[in-house]
Amino acid sequence: MRDVAIIGVGVTKFGELWDKSFRNLISEAGTKAILDAGIEGKDIDALYVGSMSPGRFVGQEHIGALVADCSGLDTLHIPATRIEGACASGGMALRQAYISVASGINDIVVVGGVEKMTDVVGGEATNILAMAADQEWEAFFGVTFPGLYAMIARRHMYEYGTTREQMAEVAVKNHENGLLNPNAHFHRKITVEDVLNSPKVADPLTLLDCSPISDGAAALILAPLDEARKYTDKIVKIIGSGQASDSLALHGREDICTLRATVEASRQAYKQAGIEPKDVDVAEVHDCFTIAEILAIEDLGFVKKGEGGKAVEEGMTRLDGEIPVNPSGGLKAKGHPVGATGIAQAAEIVLQLRGEAGKRQVKDAEIGLTHNIGGSGASCVVHIMEVV
Amino acid sequence: MGLAVPRFWREIPYRYNLIGSRCRVCNRIFFPPREVCPYCRRKSLGKMEEMKLKGRGKLITYTIIYTPPSNFENQVPYAVGIVELDEGPRITSQIVDCDPEKLRIGMRVEAVFRKIQEDGDTGAIYYGYKFRPVGEDEDKGETG
Repeated sequence: MRDVAIIGVGVTKFGELWDKSFRNLISEAGTKAILDAGIEGKDIDALYVGSMSPGRFVGQEHIGALVADCSGLDTLHIPATRIEGACASGGMALRQAYISVASGINDIVVVGGVEKMTDVVGGEATNILAMAADQEWEAFFGVTFPGLYAMIARRHMYEYGTTREQMAEVAVKNHENGLLNPNAHFHRKITVEDVLNSPKVADPLTLLDCSPISDGAAALILAPLDEARKYTDKIVKIIGSGQASDSLALHGREDICTLRATVEASRQAYKQAGIEPKDVDVAEVHDCFTIAEILAIEDLGFVKKGEGGKAVEEGMTRLDGEIPVNPSGGLKAKGHPVGATGIAQAAEIVLQLRGEAGKRQVKDAEIGLTHNIGGSGASCVVHIMEVV
Repeated sequence: MGLAVPRFWREIPYRYNLIGSRCRVCNRIFFPPREVCPYCRRKSLGKMEEMKLKGRGKLITYTIIYTPPSNFENQVPYAVGIVELDEGPRITSQIVDCDPEKLRIGMRVEAVFRKIQEDGDTGAIYYGYKFRPVGEDEDKGETG
């Protein structure tokens, strides 16, 4: 296997972008990444794109070819493949791109992630997101996606004494970080009281425990490490990649408070990288709901099971804490265009490792981790990166 | 979404009568029924048999839904929980016939047959199980 580097990143603004189409978003992100890497279109050997449900969100399938086409790569006839794994579609696309370069099949690969979620009306986005759950045995009975995480939250409170205030602190921190990210969906400071007093969505979770419905896209350029210097001197190496699955339905898992897919995917990635959780300097984790960030820091091994709430409360995961988590604002404040999320997380870690993260820069970050979840935890992708 | 009736019709035996499956190799019981035992895998092929579940168990966790999916708008707020059946499998279901504020983890529940949702004014009506709390002293006998 060859070593693989990320040599370019591109991210669009995230938010309710009524004037931007699916095509506008992904071509903007891809173009930015290509310019950042200093490559040309003809250098690209293959394209991967993660997107969860363009068929339902914008009525379009056949996304690989569409993205090559609207990015001006159709005349090159490169292989263009769309990857789907619910909210982990982006992370999975990155892993497929990584494998294709590591294997020697491709040299320069562009990998994107995109979702255009605000072209549907009313509660349709809620229905579409619920398709990541088990349609026949969960959603049929009226459970929503926030409902599944609410059930995890209630059980976590019951088993470990995690409090509503500790969960709210996740949202408060991520909104603080989002203030420093010009591309974030939200630029608004919130308080614990704001979270607790916001409208109930699925008790015990309120509106401000939930990540928003966002439009957005992100892209990366991958290259063999040996060739990366031909294009750029800003090189970040992928040192670990892991992916795992679990039962589709939450009720199919023995321990409701542990995402075994996270435990397994991170075990693979740590092993490949030859590092331990304590070696991670900065992490972008999948905080689709506040409780999900608490689960993530436990299941990634940053803290012991059950101690996630306390760690957040004590500031361990703040920008100036022991392991800063979600400096970008996370899904909560940066926004969560589902297919884009896994790629945007990697883009943030690359900027952090290059020292180009502006006001949200984590000091002396050398090793970064991304953690991307699909559904209520049936899929997980973890990547670990190091500055070269 | 306009799915054809057979999509729902074929699940009727399981949703109406709580029929799961048992692996004759390891004796583990599953709901919904599975084609392959995830513990015995190839050894279980052809050895999974249907099994009716009693519909009694305890509440593992729950939520109260305030922002509903389509077809559930007129039910909010309503409780949904994960129930661990006495036979072992866990199941996601609405928890009904009680004040959602009075639910607690660990409480005994039993299955009841109810309307789950309907496709607008003219579409199909879907039925299946919901669960309701049952006092410890009443907790015997068949499914309600």
